Amino acid sequence: MFEILTGRFEEIFTRLRGRGRLTDADLAEALREIRVALLEGDVNLEVARELVEKIRSRASGAELERSLTPAQQVIKIVNAELIATLGGEQLRIAYAPKPPTVVLLAGLQGSGKTSAAAKLARWFVEQGRHPLLVAADLQRPAAVAQLRLLGHEVGAAVFSMPTDPVDVARRGVAEAVRVGRDVVVIDTAGRVSIDTALMDEVRAIGRATSPHYSFLVLDAMTGQDAVATAVAFHDALALDGVILTKLDGDARGGAALSVAKVVGRPIAFVSTGERPSDFEVFRPDRMASRILGMGDVLSLIERAEQTYDHEVAGRAVAHLRSGRFSLEDFHDQLQQMKRLGPFSGLVGMLPGMPREMRNASIEDSSVTRIEAVIRSMTPDERENPAIINGSRRTRIAAGSGTTPAEVNDLLNRFKEMQKLIRSSGMMAPVGPKGRRDKRKGGRVTPARSR
Amino acid sequence: MSIRRHRPGEATPSSERVSAAAPRPKEASSRPRLAERLSRTRQAVAAPFGRIGVGRIDEATFDELAETLLSADVGLKSTGRILDALREKVRAGAVGAFPGALITALRAEIVAGFAGEDRALKRNEEPPSVWLFVGVNGVGKTTTIGKLAAQEVAEGRSVVVAAGDTFRAAACDQLASWATRCGATLVRGADGADPSSVIFDAVEHATARCRDLVLADSAGRIHTKANLMDELRKVKRVADRPPGRVSEVLLVIDATTGQNGLLQAREFTSAVGVTGIVLTKLDGAAKGGIVLAIREELGLPIKLVGIGEGVDDLVPFDPDDFAAALLGD
Repeated sequence: MFEILTGRFEEIFTRLRGRGRLTDADLAEALREIRVALLEGDVNLEVARELVEKIRSRASGAELERSLTPAQQVIKIVNAELIATLGGEQLRIAYAPKPPTVVLLAGLQGSGKTSAAAKLARWFVEQGRHPLLVAADLQRPAAVAQLRLLGHEVGAAVFSMPTDPVDVARRGVAEAVRVGRDVVVIDTAGRVSIDTALMDEVRAIGRATSPHYSFLVLDAMTGQDAVATAVAFHDALALDGVILTKLDGDARGGAALSVAKVVGRPIAFVSTGERPSDFEVFRPDRMASRILGMGDVLSLIERAEQTYDHEVAGRAVAHLRSGRFSLEDFHDQLQQMKRLGPFSGLVGMLPGMPREMRNASIEDSSVTRIEAVIRSMTPDERENPAIINGSRRTRIAAGSGTTPAEVNDLLNRFKEMQKLIRSSGMMAPVGPKGRRDKRKGGRVTPARSR
Repeated sequence: MSIRRHRPGEATPSSERVSAAAPRPKEASSRPRLAERLSRTRQAVAAPFGRIGVGRIDEATFDELAETLLSADVGLKSTGRILDALREKVRAGAVGAFPGALITALRAEIVAGFAGEDRALKRNEEPPSVWLFVGVNGVGKTTTIGKLAAQEVAEGRSVVVAAGDTFRAAACDQLASWATRCGATLVRGADGADPSSVIFDAVEHATARCRDLVLADSAGRIHTKANLMDELRKVKRVADRPPGRVSEVLLVIDATTGQNGLLQAREFTSAVGVTGIVLTKLDGAAKGGIVLAIREELGLPIKLVGIGEGVDDLVPFDPDDFAAALLGD
C-alpha cells in the first residue's frame, strides 16, 4: 500500500547514504523531495508541511552534528516522525467491565463499513468474544441483507429492524444485553460529512448507544478530503480510532498519516483484502518501516504462521532433508502459499525488494497453471519426473489445458530448483570443502544427486 | 447455472422492506440541481480567495492558488501545468487588473481543459445499446446504474439491467431494488455465477425483446489484482460478442479519491478501453480534482456526475459548474 511512498524514500535515502556529511543544501533538497513524496502520496497539505518542518528542525539541530552518520540520522528521524504521526502505539481494545462493549462504525458512502463490521465481528470471535452485528444502515437498498449474509459467513448473529437508524441501534444494544452477547458492532449508513441532518443522525446514534469505541471507516485511497471528513466525524462522535480499508490496492496511503495526525487518534485496524480474514490490528511501526523500504516482514511471518499447515510443512522439510523433494511437495507448497493470499500482496512485504520487482505484477494465473500441470500427472510421474516422455507430456498438457512446451518448461525449471536445493546444502549440513561435516553430525548427501 | 429474471412488479427476494430515500424535489434542468448541490459545498468550505486579486499578483499569490488546487486533489503535475499557463497569461498582460480577474482566468484555464469533449452517452444504431460499468470497490457503480435506469425509463426507453456483480453479498438484491422501483428488467444469475454469462444473457434477452438499453454492473475490483482484471477483460469480450456491442465502458470514480484515481483510470483503460468517466459523490466536500489529471493524461471525457443518493442525483458533467466549485467561489 505504501509502496510508492516507499519507493520514493528509497531514492532519497540511497542518495543520502552515499554522503559522509550532510550539507545544508543536501538537507534542503532531501526535505523538498520528502514533501513532494508526501503530497504525491495524498498526505494532507498542512500535515505534510508540519511533518517536513519537524524533520527539518530535528535534523538540523545539535542532534545531527553529533552523529557520525548524518544520513542515517535523518532516516531515523523520518522513521520516528512517521511512527509518531501514525499513532505511536497500537490500540488495544479494553472490554467494558459490564458487557456488552459497544463499537460504532461510521464513515462516507462506499468506505467499506459493512464489510469492516463483519470482519471486525470475526476478529472478535477469534478473540473468544460473542459479538452481535447491528444493521443500522436502512438507507442503502439490501444493506441489511448484505450484513446478514456476511454475518452468517463469519459466525456472528445480525440484528435488524425496519424502523429508523437510531431506534435500531438502541434496540440492538438492548438485544445484546438480553441474549448475553459481550460485543456489539453497529454498522451505519454512509453519509457525507457536510450533510448536517445526517451528521446529526449519527450523533444521535452515538448518544443512544454510548459506544465504547467509535471508529471512522476510511478508504485508503482517499485524497485531501480525508482530514475534513475525519474532523467532522470526530466532532459528531468523539472518535476513538480509524479503520483503514482497501489497503490491498496501490494507493499511497497518505490519508492514514493525515487523519491520525489531525484527529489525534490511532488507526486501530486495517482491512487488506476482500476475504473476511483480511483484517488486522494496525501496527504503526511496521507501516512506517514499509514506507522507508524496510519491508513488513513481521506481518508476513504472522500471516504465514496462521495459515500454514504444519503437517504439510513438516513433510516438506523431511523430504527436503532426505533429498526426496518432489513435484508433489512442490504442489503442496504452492497450495500453502496460496492460502497466504495473492502473491502480489506478499511481494510488497519483503524488505529490500527493488521497486521494479514490487511494481511488476506477479501472475497468480501462472501459479494456477503450474498446479494444473502437476495435478494432471500420475503419482509416479510426480515422484519421478524422469519417466515423462513425449506421449506422457502430451497427455499431461491435454489434461491441464496447457501445451507440451509448458509442461517441459515446468519440468526443466523444477530440475533446476532441485539442483539449487541440493547445492545450497539445504539437504544436509556440509562443511566448507563440500564434504560431509562430521562435526555437525550431518548425513551424507543423498545418492540421487547430479 | 440458473438465471432468474425479474419482471417489473415482481417482489424482490430480500424480505425486509427498506425505507426509501426521502423524496427529493424534482427540478426541470440539470444546471440548477448541480449548482444547488455545489453551493452547499461552497457554504461549507470557507472562501479561500478573500485576498487574491486585490493588490499585486506575486509568487505568494500563486502559492495560494497551488494550495487550493492541491487541496482539491488536482495533483502536483496538473497544478504545475495549469499555474504555468496562468503565469504566462499574466506575463502577457492577458489578465485584467480588477479584483477576481485572476480567479476568472484560472477558472477559464480549468474549463479549457475539458474543451472538445464528446460527453454524450453513445447509443448503438441497432438496439440494444450496451453500457458496461467498471471501477474499484465502493465507488457507486450499482447506485449509478439504478439512477440511470430510472432516468432512461422516465424518458421512455426500455431498460435491461444486468446484475454482473456476482461476488458481493446481496449486490443483486441491491440492484433488484432499483430495477423494481423504476420498471426496468433485471437479469441475474446465482451467487458466484460467472459474470460474463449473466451479462451475455442480459444482452441476448434485450436483443430478443427489442429493448433499448442494457446497463451492465460489475463487481468492484482493485486494479492491481491481475486475476480480477483478467475476469473483467473476459466480461467485456463476451459482452461484445454478437448480438452485443458495448458502446460505453464507464469507469466510475469516487470524488474523494486522491491520486490513486489516475492509476485506476490508467489500468482500467488499458484493460477494457474506458470510454468515459462517471464522477460520483460530488455532493460531499471533496472536489474531484483528480479528473483534471485523468483528462490530461488519458483524454477521457467525464460524462456523468453523481451528486447524491436519489434517483435525480445523476446529471451530465458541466465544466463551468465544476470549475466554479473547485475554486470554491
